[in-house]
Amino acid sequence: MVQYHPKHFDASFAALSDVTRRGVLEQILRGDASISALAEAFDMSLTGMKKHVGVLEKAGFVVTRKVGRVRTCRLGARRLEREAAWIAKYHQLWTARFEALDGIVEELQRKEKADGRKQK
Amino acid sequence: MDASRSEPNPTTTERRSGREVVITRTFDAPARVVFEAWTRPELLQRWWAPKSFGIWFISCEADVRTGGRYRFVFGHAASEQPMAFFGRYLEVTPPSRLVWTNEEAGENGPVTTVTFEERDGRTLVVMHDLYPTREALDAAIASGSTAGMDESFAQLDEMLGEPAAGR
Repeated sequence: MVQYHPKHFDASFAALSDVTRRGVLEQILRGDASISALAEAFDMSLTGMKKHVGVLEKAGFVVTRKVGRVRTCRLGARRLEREAAWIAKYHQLWTARFEALDGIVEELQRKEKADGRKQK
Repeated sequence: MDASRSEPNPTTTERRSGREVVITRTFDAPARVVFEAWTRPELLQRWWAPKSFGIWFISCEADVRTGGRYRFVFGHAASEQPMAFFGRYLEVTPPSRLVWTNEEAGENGPVTTVTFEERDGRTLVVMHDLYPTREALDAAIASGSTAGMDESFAQLDEMLGEPAAGR
């Protein structure tokens, strides 16, 4: 059973509602990046970037790993899950549309047949 | 629902080549009939906003010819604001091909190409949403919106269920 988790929704929404964090996520989509590289790319202090990455990490969009003195960010499982859900939702929308379209197509064909008979 | 009707034909949906989403579906009718239902606004609006999605047409304008514009405005059960989708038909070739832009998301929106291939009186419809870049499709997914349908985070999260962080 699919359930709605308000807490989870809040975390996702808060994570993506910030323009810098959306930019950081886009950057990480292109490839793994260290926090210091991200701080530099977004012209921000290391502490400021750590905070943003922390919010993204909490929401599951990003995972981080520390090797030596460098903390690297990569895409979290949540991001991939979101993609699967998005595709599923889009699939549902078109499946529903096509079922309604079946009805219209059937109706057009019936009409064509009836018109054909009338013309004879 | 017609009781004599068998199961509907299957729909397939997949992300391809990083910046493309492809949908296929077969219809038990000749291409000219299916094409007509995609290109006459009074027919289009009877199937484009499925009731099960809690959306409905407020207005549906479509000048279906090469270079013509369209504008669909939907009401949505989950929001008080109507949603507008608009763009331009780049190609209208009866009864085999339709191409249009999706401009509501600015230049990051996809170009949709629909082909209608008839075989033995049945028609295979293949729909491609081609985004300008991989990043544009990723951004559409991250924001939760889809071409032709604005999904809220809540609706997507409803499908996701348990957060990944808990695993």
